[in-house]
Amino acid sequence: MSTFDNPFDPDRNLRAGCVCGQHQSAAEHEQATAMRCAPVESEEKRYEGVVASAVMRAMFPQDVARRAFLKSVGASTALAALSQFFPIQAATEVFAQAGAPEKKDLKVGFIPITCATPIIMAAPMGFYSKHGLNVEVVKTAGWAVIRDKTINKEYDAAHMLAPMPIAISLGLGANAIPFAVPAIENINGQGIVLATKHKDKRDPKDWKGLKFAIPFDYSMHNYLLRYYLAEHGLDPDTDVQLRSVPPPEMVANLRADNIDGFLAPDNICQRAIYDGVGFMHLLSKEIWDGHPCCSFAASREFITTAPNSFAALTRAIVDATAYASKAENRKQIAEAIAPANYINAPVTVLEQVLTGTYADGLGGVKTDAKRVDFDPFPWQSFAVWMLTQMKRWGQIKGDVDYKAVAEQVYLATDTKKLMTEMGLSPPASAYKSFAVMGKTFDPAKPEDYVASFKIRKAS
Amino acid sequence: MTASSLRLRAGLVSIVLLAAFLGIWHLATRSAAPVATMSPEYAKLMGLTATQGKSAMPGPLDVGAKLWEHLKRPFYDNGPNDKGLGIQLAYSIARVGTGYLLAVLVAIPLGFLIGMSPLLSKALDPFIQVLKPISPLAWMPLALYTIKDSSISAIFVIFICSIWPMLLNTVFGVASVRKEWINVARTLEVGTIRRAFTVILPAAAPTILTGMRISIGIAWLVIVAAEMLVGGTGIGYFVWNEWNNLSITNVIIAILLIGIVGMLLDQILARFTRMVTFPE
Repeated sequence: MSTFDNPFDPDRNLRAGCVCGQHQSAAEHEQATAMRCAPVESEEKRYEGVVASAVMRAMFPQDVARRAFLKSVGASTALAALSQFFPIQAATEVFAQAGAPEKKDLKVGFIPITCATPIIMAAPMGFYSKHGLNVEVVKTAGWAVIRDKTINKEYDAAHMLAPMPIAISLGLGANAIPFAVPAIENINGQGIVLATKHKDKRDPKDWKGLKFAIPFDYSMHNYLLRYYLAEHGLDPDTDVQLRSVPPPEMVANLRADNIDGFLAPDNICQRAIYDGVGFMHLLSKEIWDGHPCCSFAASREFITTAPNSFAALTRAIVDATAYASKAENRKQIAEAIAPANYINAPVTVLEQVLTGTYADGLGGVKTDAKRVDFDPFPWQSFAVWMLTQMKRWGQIKGDVDYKAVAEQVYLATDTKKLMTEMGLSPPASAYKSFAVMGKTFDPAKPEDYVASFKIRKAS
Repeated sequence: MTASSLRLRAGLVSIVLLAAFLGIWHLATRSAAPVATMSPEYAKLMGLTATQGKSAMPGPLDVGAKLWEHLKRPFYDNGPNDKGLGIQLAYSIARVGTGYLLAVLVAIPLGFLIGMSPLLSKALDPFIQVLKPISPLAWMPLALYTIKDSSISAIFVIFICSIWPMLLNTVFGVASVRKEWINVARTLEVGTIRRAFTVILPAAAPTILTGMRISIGIAWLVIVAAEMLVGGTGIGYFVWNEWNNLSITNVIIAILLIGIVGMLLDQILARFTRMVTFPE
């Protein structure tokens, strides 16, 4: 479920209070709806709404009085009257700007894949400048390089695989440096692609001895592929070969027959299909619908030395993510991020990924609007799940304080506050249960979850 | 047989070889592979390789057309990740120049000192021999980790890879200056410093410059690898970026340009070498 799903959906019971998150109760929401809670078209309108309702509440601390006032004069008159003696316009501007950023010129690293869509599109589509920042998005050669450059402070923040900030914070594969994730980039949007010559080997049980590429050891791709293989009875450490290959190099390797398949971001999958070298075996959505993939990450040091820049950056990313989550914007985004300066791929390929109408490589055209989706909320239960998989596959040895690590790295509380301020509706809790290939994960019992898997690395 | 007629015939053979190469290339990439039938709706979503059986390898005409496009606007700047070929080459040359000059500044004085002392040259030889064959890519993670700056790391890698041939050649050149010349200088009671500059330096210059010529070649080899890794700017980044897009056409163009610039750099050093060479 996405944070940007229809906020007026009555089945969506994620928090106490009203559906838009601005009011104490549903009744109060109804009352104020006439004034502001209708789906807002633009950013300013939304901020204006937040400010106006705050002013209303300040002026009429008692609900009954406010309701009576609104009923008697009508919402639009109330708003007009209010503007007479309170400069809502000016207040909104001040509110939208929040604290002035300590550092305006920022560098953000990214890997050219569709997972980075919000980070990339925020530059050409002006989301960074809207929040008072001058951000240069820099294309980077691989995950290890993006990690090193972010640790070196060449980048202020970066696009990272969702498990990477956890791994860096724990000191796995690098010195332990506290990193934090204010926003998830995308959910879903990956796929398993096999070389065309394997088109009759659709059952994973026949995959013994094949070579697969994954983007990085600390990636959702690694954990999802391992999970998928293990559920089909293959031990990913002994029955197949898993290789770390930077996503952009995967298609070239598949064509050269160096690998038999890969679990990779959708634009890489689609490119393999576009060039006729592979076919889509499975969307990652079919393994776990709504899984996180990439994240937006920064070091704790950056967050403490430049908190306003960091908040503005997060706001820009959340904003861009909200824009990207709407299906009607996807075509425009595909065109914005396709040039050589950004992803550098044919527009057709990116369009197929973002709109969800795609060629499967076997002669069919499929449609799945949720093939990739965008949702910034950093669920801490995601982090707990990743930790269970790190433990399962022997990346973490010994005991793990799942909850503490998740809460330290995934900044659900801060993001929630920020999203509320922006007039969005974040979920009330940072933990949710979900199912991976039909098996339910309970974030409260991570140890039991790890123990429940038959195939795992003996520790 | 005069020299000019030989040159003429060699040029003719070169042109014939080039034409033959382009011809074979054209023929080899022209043929279309058989294509599976597909619905028009599906075909619209697919690339040319899949729909028309177009070879994944571009032909010489594709490359020529693309090259012309690049040459028409070599200095465009579409943001930090997409710049014209001229700008990319300038970045690479600047990096190579910086790293190489630093290497020259260290290698030649150091080589001079080592060459003048047989003891030092023997003692340091094993270290130099071990450090010399290390690939630039092996240095890169270490440099990134310790220097903590990718552009300085790239320059450091050029420096560390291009220093050894110069150092070795300087040591060798200085050590093998004819004993008679040094003895003559000594008989004339020439001071050490004056001896180094007026006798040893001119005598060792051709060998030193040969070392410098080998080094510039290595530096140019290294820059492409280093830029592919650290990214951002430069011709190596361009190759990597176009490889991501599987644009073999642009990769071939970059290869061609890398070759031409490398040749020019080599020719410049060759000219210097000729200037200091003396007949014995």
